[in-house]
Amino acid sequence: MGTIILGVFEEGFVYAIMSLGVYITYKILDFPDLSVDGTYPLGAALAAMMISSGMNSLLALPVCFLAGMLAGCITGVIHVKLKVRDLLSGIIVSIALYSINLRVAGGKSNLPIFSKETIFSNSFLSAAVPEAAKPYVTVGILFVIIMICKVLLDLYLKTRSGYLLRAAGSNDILVTSLAKDKGSVKILGLALANGFAALAGCIMCQKQGVFDVNMGTGTIVIGLANVIIGTQLFKNMSFIRATTAVIAGSVLYKACVAFAINNGMEPGDLKLVTAALFLLILVVSGMRKGKVKKHA
Amino acid sequence: MLKLKDICKFYNPGTINEMCLFQDYNLSVEAGEFVSIVGSNGSGKTSMLNIICGSIPVDSGTISIDDQDISKMPEYKRARMIGRVYQNPALGTCPDMTILENMSLADTKGKSFNLKKGTDKSRIEYYRELLSGIGLGLENKLHVKVGSLSGGQRQAMALLMSTMTPIDFLILDEHTAALDPKTADTIMELTDKLVREKKLTTLMVTHNLRYAVEYGSRLIMMHQGHNVIDLCGAEKQALKVDDILYKFNEISIECGN
Repeated sequence: MGTIILGVFEEGFVYAIMSLGVYITYKILDFPDLSVDGTYPLGAALAAMMISSGMNSLLALPVCFLAGMLAGCITGVIHVKLKVRDLLSGIIVSIALYSINLRVAGGKSNLPIFSKETIFSNSFLSAAVPEAAKPYVTVGILFVIIMICKVLLDLYLKTRSGYLLRAAGSNDILVTSLAKDKGSVKILGLALANGFAALAGCIMCQKQGVFDVNMGTGTIVIGLANVIIGTQLFKNMSFIRATTAVIAGSVLYKACVAFAINNGMEPGDLKLVTAALFLLILVVSGMRKGKVKKHA
Repeated sequence: MLKLKDICKFYNPGTINEMCLFQDYNLSVEAGEFVSIVGSNGSGKTSMLNIICGSIPVDSGTISIDDQDISKMPEYKRARMIGRVYQNPALGTCPDMTILENMSLADTKGKSFNLKKGTDKSRIEYYRELLSGIGLGLENKLHVKVGSLSGGQRQAMALLMSTMTPIDFLILDEHTAALDPKTADTIMELTDKLVREKKLTTLMVTHNLRYAVEYGSRLIMMHQGHNVIDLCGAEKQALKVDDILYKFNEISIECGN
């Protein structure tokens, strides 16, 4: 039971990083960005490639974030400059990334890095951490990472640039009125969001010790589910920041999935459970919306 | 200072629905003028504002401000010199952000949107002062989201926000049309006050003939892409609503309205 709960927190935190990105696109920019299905495994592929070729596992984090940003920029440019619809630009990038990820991983659809040093298992940690605390190392490191991401994002959203990003999602005509190109603001938002997705992929790969080319399938569904659960659940508690709500939503969603898997479903049913839960969340949050409107 | 020269604009060119809106349209507005523009629907008032702001392209002709040709300049770059208030109160503000955040956004116009703090704390007093000047009690609701304000309150904010930083031009696109008569009067008085205080060159499109007559230093009535009335100075001051109402009926009957 203990390991299941630990696992829920671990995976919840990893997906929370990606969900912070989805929060930027879906909630702030109002842009359904499907490219995370490609950028999440992109981060994993890069991490696996870098670590297996002997590079520092910490270095992989910023590199993956930047690579994700680049991919996000491409989605943005396709949408803004080439005037392709939002959904389609994301699909184009995510499908293109499938091949790119394979190339990054040296043509292997499965690249293990079990024996290598990662941010979760390295000589420093095994020397510094007492035996009793070992099971909690991973979740501890993940907690630190997600907190850093959350605080940085919160701080960013309070800057001038962050204000403009929020304005772009809320009323892009105002962005034009402020003498700023709304297209570039969108591109920036997509870049940030995909940076987070790639970072999550990088961390997941280091945690699992393997890159799998298909690991990105359904990432956007998980991300959206996390964001919607989090923001809906804590909607009336204004003292809880949206970023915190997203993280809580991620852990909660993972807990629901884990509960279903541990109560009779098979591991292969994971995606089915994911989808069914997401549908349930959408329907429930839709019903709640309807109620509010009737009273207003 | 603003010059529209030989503007031609066709809608749906090359199709059976082709419609010529402007053919060699000319307009020149001097610095400091407050121009009220009236006219029936489809007479080209809003299209003209859109052409000046760059929201719609022209087929030919030049638009210049202070002899600088801005015809090819993208909309967002022109916006640096132009403040615009729309008919829809929702377009001038960010509903998901607080009053304070909206004011800070407007204050940053023309500066770089970098990683500095979005709200400069030392400016909050100044924002409060501005807001109390419009007399709607908004200065005590700095942390309320603009989306929960009424249309009139939002429009007042939009007006404040668009004139907060130095601009050459204020463009008002039927900015009182969506408000109730009382609020519309308040907004119109506020507009007049801001325009006088800041000595703004202003173009105001309105369907309210009374506003057009009472406010502003020049009145233009448009019809089918032409100016049928263009009065300024003493002639404008002596004008009565009935005078232009007669002309307005005349052109409306022509259109079969």
